[in-house]
Amino acid sequence: MESKASITGKCIPLEMSDVDTDLIIPAQYLTSVTRKGYGENLFKRLRENSPDFIFNNAKYKDAKILVTKNNFGCGSSREHAVWALKEYGIQVIIAHSFADIFAGNSLKNRLILIQLPESEIYKIIEKSKQSEYILKIDLHSTKIESKCGDIYNFKMDDFQKSCFINGFDEIDYLLSFKEKIIKFKHEQMQNNIIPKLNRTI
Amino acid sequence: MNKNIVEKIWDAHLINETPGQSSVCAIDFAFLHEVTSAQAFQTLKERNIEIMFPHQCIATIDHSIPTRKNRTEIYDSAAKNQVELLRQNAKNNAIPFYDFESGYQGIVHVIGPELGITQPGMTLICGDSHTATHGAFGTLAFGVGTSELSHVLASGCLLLNKPKVMKVEFCGKMQKGVFAKDLIMKLIAQIGIGGGTGFIIEYTGKVIQEMSMEERMTICNMSIECGAKAGLISPDTTTYQYLLQRPFAPSEDHWENLVNYWNSFKSDENCEYDTEVIVNIQEMEPMVTWGTNPAQAIEISKEIPEQTEISQNEKIMYEKALDYMNLKGGMKMGDIPIDWAFIGSCTNGRIEDLRICAKIIQNKKVHPSVTLFIVPGSEGVMQQAKKEGLDKIFIDAGADFRMPGCSLCLGMNDDKVPAGKRCISSTNRNFVGRQGTGSFTHLASPATVIASAIEGKISSPKKYF
Repeated sequence: MESKASITGKCIPLEMSDVDTDLIIPAQYLTSVTRKGYGENLFKRLRENSPDFIFNNAKYKDAKILVTKNNFGCGSSREHAVWALKEYGIQVIIAHSFADIFAGNSLKNRLILIQLPESEIYKIIEKSKQSEYILKIDLHSTKIESKCGDIYNFKMDDFQKSCFINGFDEIDYLLSFKEKIIKFKHEQMQNNIIPKLNRTI
Repeated sequence: MNKNIVEKIWDAHLINETPGQSSVCAIDFAFLHEVTSAQAFQTLKERNIEIMFPHQCIATIDHSIPTRKNRTEIYDSAAKNQVELLRQNAKNNAIPFYDFESGYQGIVHVIGPELGITQPGMTLICGDSHTATHGAFGTLAFGVGTSELSHVLASGCLLLNKPKVMKVEFCGKMQKGVFAKDLIMKLIAQIGIGGGTGFIIEYTGKVIQEMSMEERMTICNMSIECGAKAGLISPDTTTYQYLLQRPFAPSEDHWENLVNYWNSFKSDENCEYDTEVIVNIQEMEPMVTWGTNPAQAIEISKEIPEQTEISQNEKIMYEKALDYMNLKGGMKMGDIPIDWAFIGSCTNGRIEDLRICAKIIQNKKVHPSVTLFIVPGSEGVMQQAKKEGLDKIFIDAGADFRMPGCSLCLGMNDDKVPAGKRCISSTNRNFVGRQGTGSFTHLASPATVIASAIEGKISSPKKYF
């Protein structure tokens, strides 16, 4: 599996708070039944309707790091939002805060989320607007370094860090508890405490 | 130790706890629909993993289906393929599937409670953020992404971190014309669109206890709109009365035992919460949104706030929202003309919502410049509405009474508000382009939507009560 201990790339500043998943990937593009084909529709409405929208700016083409403000990814639970960002090429999002379900979906797809204080977010956004701002994100040292020497420290718990770096197969992990799970479910059945759609189970 | 309802449900579902890692928690039920399930089935198929508890799942179609009379003909080939794939996946995996005309098809969050599947003390998930709706029954219910759905299908479990709990209490007396929808909108306006992030909300107090199950579902449904993962209400006799004799509710032999079991999940007196919020509803008016997120809401009699009243940080978002909505600070909400009105969705597409609307619009007409869609949340709601003659009232008034589905809530099916048109909607989200690219959405209670549809502009329903 690909190692993700360090990522270096250009920053694209999305100077907005409360960016919702409908903006990230509008509902009309959710009829696909695969995990692919969403990148081209990332921020589709904004890209189509606002020529000055940051994702239309050639300067930021190939950016790997998205920097944005508060509550990124609020709204729907659609994982398609994460698939769209990843397929477009975004590997890291730096923000002041993230919506819960979006954060969970990101972790499962190894889209790295980093939380920083508002003052640092402001600085990264401003610098990215002025000139090309290349950041190196190191998960081992939980440190972000810019080419020009700026340093930002972030926090990430060991479990999350390990998931991003090594990947983590949740299905295998959960299935390692199979015996316990089956025993639990059988007890529920015997005690009639969950609805039975088919009385034979 | 005194515990709140979330701690009790958590404890009752804990399969494994390892320090430094997320806990393994049993999930009692998974609801599936066509939009977020295909990739989860694919993952399991590729890995040759069987669904562990197929009868602890139900599947139906709601998001991408048409709501016109001939809805079984799906013209959009991608949507048609999506629906057909869910049909096949359900069949191949022995998952109960409620198809068109089964009598049970509808929005997952409407049919779960209606069929008596949603019960107190359970854990329940769906690949949809409004799964929070089921919390009205004292169920820990939350939306998940497609990966987590595949985890539940494979193992009947999820890896979770113990959630923090926020207590919310509405204080005061509900005024005439004010509904559950207005209360939850007031909470979201008060704490902000990210105000509940990291929490599960327990709604408590007398106002909640006096609410019907339909009203409680509306409250819990919108918990996600302030960022909370879930919202729930301790079960009580109102809950049990609602469940009695529902198709999948416990039989009479087990009823009393189950009620005792359900009662054991009520929050203990003097239990602790991570934070508490009080919402004063004493003098409040019906609410309506002016902006592009559910927190940008005010009482209908008020003017859109001037930007001087908000912090510098919010200024950019404020201006962007007003610019998109083609409105200005200081405008009176009550003067804004509308082109469309929508009753439906998992927030307000239940029978009680239709009854309130029918009562208001009976012997009146929809304003000539307004298109009014009334979309029942389920086949059950539609049949009940027909039985009570509500459909006739709506049709006589000039409304379009349609077939069940998510419809105009999210514009991913045939139903869309055209660009440049303004819609007042009983739904849960007013995000940019949510109901159709370039359309404007104002969220409100069903009563406010109907009053506005009659008058052709955003209007308080108070005079109809």
